[in-house]
Amino acid sequence: MNVFDIIGPIMIGPSSSHTAGAVRLGHIANKVCDGRTPKEVEITLSGSFARTYRGHGTDRALLAGIMGYHSYDPEIRDALEIAEERGIHYTFLKEDIPGAHPNTARIHCIYEDGEESVVEGASVGGGNIRVDLVNGMHVDFNGEFNTVLILHQDLPGVIADVTNYMRLVYPDVNICNFHLSRKEKGGEALMTIEMEGPPPEGLTDGLRRLNNVINALIIRKI
Amino acid sequence: MKLQYESIAEIVEAAEKAGKKISEIVLQEQAVALEQTAEEVRSRMEKSFDVMCEAVKTGLDPNLKSMSGLTGGEGGAMMKYATENGGIAGTFMTKVMARALAVSNCNASMGKIVATPTAGSCGILPGCLVSMCEDRGVAKADAVMACFTAGAFGMVIAKNASIAGAEGGCQAECGSAAGMAAAALVEVMGGTPKMCGDALAIAIANQLGLACDPVAGLVEIPCIKRNASGVMIAVSSADMALAGVAPKIPVDECILAMREVGHSLPEALKETAGGGLAATPTGRALKERVFGKVKEE
Repeated sequence: MNVFDIIGPIMIGPSSSHTAGAVRLGHIANKVCDGRTPKEVEITLSGSFARTYRGHGTDRALLAGIMGYHSYDPEIRDALEIAEERGIHYTFLKEDIPGAHPNTARIHCIYEDGEESVVEGASVGGGNIRVDLVNGMHVDFNGEFNTVLILHQDLPGVIADVTNYMRLVYPDVNICNFHLSRKEKGGEALMTIEMEGPPPEGLTDGLRRLNNVINALIIRKI
Repeated sequence: MKLQYESIAEIVEAAEKAGKKISEIVLQEQAVALEQTAEEVRSRMEKSFDVMCEAVKTGLDPNLKSMSGLTGGEGGAMMKYATENGGIAGTFMTKVMARALAVSNCNASMGKIVATPTAGSCGILPGCLVSMCEDRGVAKADAVMACFTAGAFGMVIAKNASIAGAEGGCQAECGSAAGMAAAALVEVMGGTPKMCGDALAIAIANQLGLACDPVAGLVEIPCIKRNASGVMIAVSSADMALAGVAPKIPVDECILAMREVGHSLPEALKETAGGGLAATPTGRALKERVFGKVKEE
């Protein structure tokens, strides 16, 4: 957290948690699939988001973020129309997700080629966000840093292989946050690594070539 | 110098030890944390301050209406009253309120504002600081610096309590904003770091339990007028601190009290539009007017 998380963001109103934060959540979904335009989007809202979304423009904000806009872009006001122009079919659903932050959204994007992504996170206040789940795996990052997600087999040595690879090939990269989650022992596991500085070229290709790494994904900071 | 932003006491002590204003040590520390020069960081804050000034101007338009049509023109009307009449509190204070209302009007019309710390409370800090510049001869550079003090205190509140209405009610948004503005006012008035902390304590203590009950779920009623009340609380808290009327409960304990009260508030009063003003007959009628008769959500 820094002072500009409090005196800021510069944003389009009316609500930092329900408008600006929502744009940023949508933007993470955009980054998860490399900025591609989905053909279909299903957004599930929980808690306060679900109850007040139309009034705060949360629907416009989430869609704007999914389309790559930032929280200060005036296009947010017209996001529903812009989405329709781009041929994006969108639906908003409400669900009480137990234990979730009161401003939680689950964004399910389906792309032309059949690829899908599900990003779930919360708008925690003041325009700040927290991403909780990416494609069913528990993560914990907020988009402040460039983040790499590494899906791998839960076996001894994989974490060391990943971090040794990063250290060898990109010695200037500093890891500032590391989170590991797994669905079950020996199954698939996910590393969330936040890095300082720009994401190095070729990082995900290199990581994917490592033993037992299933996939790697960079989510650039927003 | 390392600052953890885990307590107001830590920041006050660090400033007093260094013999500097809170804003000065925060600027230096943030420059290091953000890996930028102090001038780059200061300049970024100045850009935000400029957006605040623009928002005041935009919002003062008496014909500006919110997206829903429920509100609009409050800032303009208040400024007219202030200029023609002076108001009970005097021209200066009435203008502070007018400016706070104006920024909130701008926000409700999906205009560009700076969340300080949130959009719901975006009128309070600008209302105070822009007024100090325009009517009390405070240099813009000092107002910009005071934003660092406000921001630093806001970081502590965000860590130890909340700055989101959905978690802590309006005490977390307008309450925090008024406290932050109070601290900023103390600094531009030449108060000590301890007085900045005192002002925050008084402001927070003043707004414990404040519910978040937005009519129709929109950041308009009572949010816009709460920004006007917020500047009153900010100014009164700052004046008490500057007068040496210190708070009896230390500021960090006040922040924790705010957290506890926030947890105790029912969901209906935490930005779900389920209680308070939102649930009044008129509140419900206004909701229907904006959204039409919707099947039970």
